[in-house]
Amino acid sequence: MAKKSVGQDAEGAVSPRARLLVAVPYLWLLGFFLAPFLIVLKISLSETAIAQPPYVPVLDFAAGLRGVADFLAGLSFANYITIAGDDIYIFSYLKSLKVAAVSTAILLLCGVALAYAIARAPRRAQPLLVMLVVLPFWTSFLIRVYAWINILQRDGLLNQALIWLGLTDQPATWLATDTAVYIGLVYSYLPFMVLPLYASFEKLDESLLEAAADLGCPRWKAFFVVTLPLAWRGLGAGALLCFVPIVGEFVVPDLLGGSDAAMIGQTLWTEFFANKDWPVASAVAVVLVVLLTAPIAVYQHLQTREIEARQ
Amino acid sequence: MSRGFAPLSDTKAEPLVRFESVSRRFGGVAAVDRLSLDIYRNEFFALLGPSGCGKTTLLRLLAGFERPDEGRITLGGLDIAATPPHRRPVNMMFQSYALFPHLTVAGNIAFGLRQDGIAKAVIAARVDEMLALVKLEGFATRRPDQLSGGQRQRVALARSLAKRPQVLLLDEPMAALDRKLREQTQFELMDLQARLGLTFVIVTHDQGEAMTVAHRIAVMERGRIVQAATPAEIYEQPQSRWVAEFVGDVNLIEGVVLETGAGEAVIGDNGGRRYRVAADAATGAQVSIALRPEKIRIHAAPAPHDAPNAMRGRVCDIGYLGGISIYKVRLDDGVTLKAAVANVARNSGQTFGTQDEVWLSWPPDAAVVLTR
Repeated sequence: MAKKSVGQDAEGAVSPRARLLVAVPYLWLLGFFLAPFLIVLKISLSETAIAQPPYVPVLDFAAGLRGVADFLAGLSFANYITIAGDDIYIFSYLKSLKVAAVSTAILLLCGVALAYAIARAPRRAQPLLVMLVVLPFWTSFLIRVYAWINILQRDGLLNQALIWLGLTDQPATWLATDTAVYIGLVYSYLPFMVLPLYASFEKLDESLLEAAADLGCPRWKAFFVVTLPLAWRGLGAGALLCFVPIVGEFVVPDLLGGSDAAMIGQTLWTEFFANKDWPVASAVAVVLVVLLTAPIAVYQHLQTREIEARQ
Repeated sequence: MSRGFAPLSDTKAEPLVRFESVSRRFGGVAAVDRLSLDIYRNEFFALLGPSGCGKTTLLRLLAGFERPDEGRITLGGLDIAATPPHRRPVNMMFQSYALFPHLTVAGNIAFGLRQDGIAKAVIAARVDEMLALVKLEGFATRRPDQLSGGQRQRVALARSLAKRPQVLLLDEPMAALDRKLREQTQFELMDLQARLGLTFVIVTHDQGEAMTVAHRIAVMERGRIVQAATPAEIYEQPQSRWVAEFVGDVNLIEGVVLETGAGEAVIGDNGGRRYRVAADAATGAQVSIALRPEKIRIHAAPAPHDAPNAMRGRVCDIGYLGGISIYKVRLDDGVTLKAAVANVARNSGQTFGTQDEVWLSWPPDAAVVLTR
């Protein structure tokens, strides 16, 4: 059964007004994602140079068609070959994917617990609890990560607390380890996991849990066979909102992590600012975008399939 | 099917479900108030009452979603107060149906069976059996949001029957259906209950529904049962003004018992009119005469002199309902009575028009005398 959507007339044609409305998000994407991405893509095909800007070729419109031909002839995939052939980049990518996967897994566990607790709290308390989750955003992200340096350093709050509790007599090394990076990432991204999950849990019809219990399903089991499957949209959204930016994360690993294995965001930063190699930095960024498109495409596919199944 | 089921006439029958002085309070307000009730095996039992009377709470106490603050609930002689919902051999059909949106029709029906660790082949066979029972063969792989309201209702019914519960609880099961479908479903439910030989407890605010499907009805008001009896008893022998008014249409005439004797009482109302009613009542008692509209006869000419309870009045309003017409007749002293007349013949028009002078009468055994 074909349903007409908003803005369609009797013949199913889309009205100009509806067209304009649909165009807005596309124009937005064109202006703020596609155009910058194309610029980055173009730089990634260039060659580094001591010049202003620090790469060649530069499109010279004054030279007319000849200039365009020169420009196109100057482009090459050399930077991508460099990236593919150098362990540093491959390890950086793998490290980033690993850190993002582990962090997202920890975030899922913490986020599900926290969001579920908020959704089960008395209705009147819920806005306050959600507010508390969002409250850290009122302070600068950078300052909050610096605060973690204070907590995690050798004579920091964490070690003091551990010694005071008698759990250890020697201060442990936290700062400049992967553990510190995970702590920082989980702390920073928790709201992005909690909010979509809370929205999913909060919508859950209490009578479904009663129906499960009535049919012989204990409460704890109903969480896994009813609550979680019904919150899959929130789980997917939360996981994407955390996984994608964590892969490219720079601040947290740079401030809290060690210097041994850099994440791809740090490698990119080094190429761009330290080595002044814009073309390689751009190539790194382009590969990253391509890598991250995969999980988003999978999520989109699942969502589309579900919507189609409903019709 | 037979409607002759009468558990109360069998004095040796053990109740399957027994509420013993059960109370459940929400913030100081008693939703169920020291309520006692017996429900027998194979009975189709209805809890009838206005919203907020505690009928749903009673059902939820039986399902285990609420714990009684006082009293005992037994099922087959065993106290079930401490048994959590998932261990009780009762299943509930929810008013909202509460179908799992992420599962197919078959998945929903199989849900309860899966919890018991039954073999897959057995579950599949039972699911097919249930689908056939509710006439939804071929819908096994649909999801709830691909079904109509009536189909969803059937899935909910099949799901709650799949485990063959000792007691099936139905919480306003037909509230979301349109009238035609509701009537059809009522008869199907009765048929199902008789065929499966299960005990059904239905909660409803619709007296027609309760009268149609149930062997016995408990009429509830403010957390208590005001009368539990067969539909006919509830209608013809209401025990209080409240029951008489809640179930069906009724004329209530206030009066005082003037004389008694030979199974008949003479009751005088405020306007000085005297009524003869077949009832035992104490002389001097303040009573109400409950008189169903269809039991009043309406005449165009004065009733014979010896006709009991004859009164003159004027038609002031007519409600044409198709099958019957309701005449509101204002008596000389301003009291208005409702009389129902079946429209037996077609095209005969209304027998009486508004402002017509008419005479009403009713036999002494047509009315019930109520003291409460």
